[in-house]
Amino acid sequence: MKVDFTVNGKAVSVDVPPDMPLLWVLRETLHLPGTKFGCGVGQCGACTVHISGKATKSCQVHAEAAAGAKVVTIEGLSPSAQHPLQQAWRDLDVPDCGYCQGGQIMAAAALLATTPSPTDAQIDAAMNGNLCRCGTYLRIRQGIHRAAQVNNPTGKGGLLAEELAEELEPVL
Amino acid sequence: MSPLALDRRSFLRVSALAGGGLVIAAYLDPVSDMFAQGQGGRGGAPLVPGVFITIARDGRVTIIGKNPEIGQGIKTTLPMLIAEELDVDWSAVTVEQGDLDPKYGSQGAGGSTAVPQNWLPMRQVGAAARQMLVSAAASSWNVPEAELTTASGKVLHSTSKRSIGYGELADRALAMTPPDPASVKLKDPKDFKIIGKSTLGVDTPAIVVGKPLFSIDATVPGMLYAVFQRCPVFGGKVASANLDQIKAMPGVKDAFVVEGGTALNGLMGGVAVVADSWWLAQKARQQLNVTWNEGPTANDSSEAFAAKAKAMSTDAPGQMTRKDGDPDAALGGAAKVVEGAYFYPFLSHAPLEPMNATASYKDGKVEIWAGTQQPGSGRTLVAQTLGVQPSDVTIHMTRIGGCFGRRLANDYLAEAAWIAKVVGVPVHLQWTREDDMGHDQYRPAAFSFLKGGVDASGTLVAWKNHFVTFTLDGQRVTGSGAVTASEFPARFVPNYQLGTSMIQFGVPTGPMRAPGSNGIAFVMQSFIDELAHAGGQDPIAFRLALLSNPLIQAAPDPNAAGRGGGAGGAFAGGWDPSRMRGVLELVRDKSGGGKTKLPAGTAMGVAFHQSHAGFFAEVAEVSVDPAKKVRVNRVWVAADVGRQIVNPINAEAQIQSSIIDGMSQLMSYEITINKGRAMEGNYDEYEPVRISQAPKEIHVDFLLSDNNPTGLGEPALPPILPAIANAIFAATGQRIRTLPLAKSGYSWA
Repeated sequence: MKVDFTVNGKAVSVDVPPDMPLLWVLRETLHLPGTKFGCGVGQCGACTVHISGKATKSCQVHAEAAAGAKVVTIEGLSPSAQHPLQQAWRDLDVPDCGYCQGGQIMAAAALLATTPSPTDAQIDAAMNGNLCRCGTYLRIRQGIHRAAQVNNPTGKGGLLAEELAEELEPVL
Repeated sequence: MSPLALDRRSFLRVSALAGGGLVIAAYLDPVSDMFAQGQGGRGGAPLVPGVFITIARDGRVTIIGKNPEIGQGIKTTLPMLIAEELDVDWSAVTVEQGDLDPKYGSQGAGGSTAVPQNWLPMRQVGAAARQMLVSAAASSWNVPEAELTTASGKVLHSTSKRSIGYGELADRALAMTPPDPASVKLKDPKDFKIIGKSTLGVDTPAIVVGKPLFSIDATVPGMLYAVFQRCPVFGGKVASANLDQIKAMPGVKDAFVVEGGTALNGLMGGVAVVADSWWLAQKARQQLNVTWNEGPTANDSSEAFAAKAKAMSTDAPGQMTRKDGDPDAALGGAAKVVEGAYFYPFLSHAPLEPMNATASYKDGKVEIWAGTQQPGSGRTLVAQTLGVQPSDVTIHMTRIGGCFGRRLANDYLAEAAWIAKVVGVPVHLQWTREDDMGHDQYRPAAFSFLKGGVDASGTLVAWKNHFVTFTLDGQRVTGSGAVTASEFPARFVPNYQLGTSMIQFGVPTGPMRAPGSNGIAFVMQSFIDELAHAGGQDPIAFRLALLSNPLIQAAPDPNAAGRGGGAGGAFAGGWDPSRMRGVLELVRDKSGGGKTKLPAGTAMGVAFHQSHAGFFAEVAEVSVDPAKKVRVNRVWVAADVGRQIVNPINAEAQIQSSIIDGMSQLMSYEITINKGRAMEGNYDEYEPVRISQAPKEIHVDFLLSDNNPTGLGEPALPPILPAIANAIFAATGQRIRTLPLAKSGYSWA
């Protein structure tokens, strides 16, 4: 069936089976491979995208349900690759293998959009659907705090002031 | 000993780069490479060029990364070693991934071998190239070499205030005789500008914007998508299938039976479905109705294995792997005797990127795009499977979305190549998560039936283990299933016995992160803990005393070769008790020296292990509530991997990764075999640690000993399982002898 929606600010029209998961529409039909396949059942979060600003596992969304949606993928998060999370991920070298990290960043970006200075507990709650098999979780937490500080320099977030100062020392 | 006792003239070759600049090819001795062993062996093997460096006229340096990047950071680490001694700015360096090519020598990832193998040779390559450039400048300016220095990719003559970029020295450099790599002067470590500095992974900027780096992202014009339904019972064959119905389904271009071979790590029997989108291929596959000839192992089950192991435990072991002193007499005279039956399960590697490969076949030539830890073996397997020459197989290497040992096997390459040959157009074969978990090369399960004794002073005097593992052929222990005769605490206990028995089965097994160590360290370090408590000793003091015993001479090890993955290979290194005491004392002191006041239900546990030449001692502080909810609050890691950490931020990342990975194994990972097949299919049944379960703090301290640097991909993992299990005992009095913990009612808080 023909499905119209927007991806990364651009209107697209695709002719795909109505039950084809958005994940495969993005990857195969629209050639946006930054959204990754990991489990196919909504367990790992490697396929996380934004739909109307909300972090969504694209393997769990049928193409027909995406009609009219505003979809943002990791490729469209920041045209200049300067989203504070992308900067923080580079500052701290968060990835190991990197396969999950597009999904991690998209989930974290949706969190920061609603919770500019999240606590560790808020981070854990928001990010629990995103698996990292390499176990980069400590740097993911640190990266989100770092991006929050850039976004919201006056906010204290979940960190003590002196911890923040240490956090913002250039690591690399 | 020089690792590069080579003909000096063949060591480096310099040639001109089209458009200006130069190309430096360095020829490495393949003998020190685990992936080259058995293909020429030590000595006699021809020299192969292992490193390619290009210096453009404008000073841009390009280094080919020849080994697979699986998240271990090798694509960054090895070029750092070269760039340091070449004396160029890291910001001037670009790293490009090389394809599989004989000109790069052996190419592989595994065994935590890259740093120990390359620490000296890569620096010598850089230093020798720098030396040639200095000689070229000296000749050009007609000044003594001793008056010249280098910095930031330039040769400098301070007296005359002249400088010249490396790229401009190409013509002169061509005429220089390469220096003897063994005598070339290396930098004093205090002058290091790159080594020892935290350096961003070269692919990180591309990762954070979703660039197509992985093999799942590979596309070839005209490519179709394939799925492959293997027999759920390993090695089973197709009797019949409803191919006509499948072929009529939307988008399906072809569906056919693959006969497959007998090797459990090669092309196995199944049905391939090819369609113009992956989703349609997968949808069609769900309508498959296959009658299988499941073969002789269709009754294998974990439950039957456990019953068999228990029955075997009271018999004499099939093989006496090691015997020192008189363990039975010593147990008879011991003040206290402890018995424990330990079990660890089959594990799947479960890397986040499921197995996949893209292949094309045309006129007898095969081209493959894939992530593999052993591309050379992949080429051999594909050539054998398709009946072509290895030289007709091209493999393009991509970044890999996790391995943990899974991609040491190349079954998915053989499948993709076979399917592409049948359909005659390029094919991307994509496994589902369920395919991946159901057809792994599993970490073998094992049973340990232990007896140990301490004397009246609390000293460990006797240790007996009847170790029950598995065999495919009735002769040899299955891949990665052996415990070696030198496994700790062998050699430290005067009366020691390790017997090995084998259960025949049909499950494919292979190396997994810290093979040979990841399971047995849990057994050994937990039982040591039991004996410490039985003797009324502090767990750390008991271990330090054990490590101070005089060493018993090593016995010949019949299983050494069966361990796989390099644990027992050339870089296993000596088992140096003083290095282990060093990290144990360091982790004791860093974690509060055992004096930390902790609330009820919270306690610390300790364990240590040596593997892949790394010495690791770890302490975990763990809280357990009455409902058996477990939280790992803090972890301290003390590591001795030699005198230099090459890339500190990556080193710490590898250790954090090992801790989290080990926690998943401890709490929840188990592949259960029933009716000859794996029962778990996805992450809801095989649960990796999630962010809310990860410790808040993992403290890493390196004990810099005067030893050559060694690898960090694996050795931090084995001790964390027993450290946490021992902490649970200290907190609750409940001894953990069976993994995973979830089977005993535990869960993460």
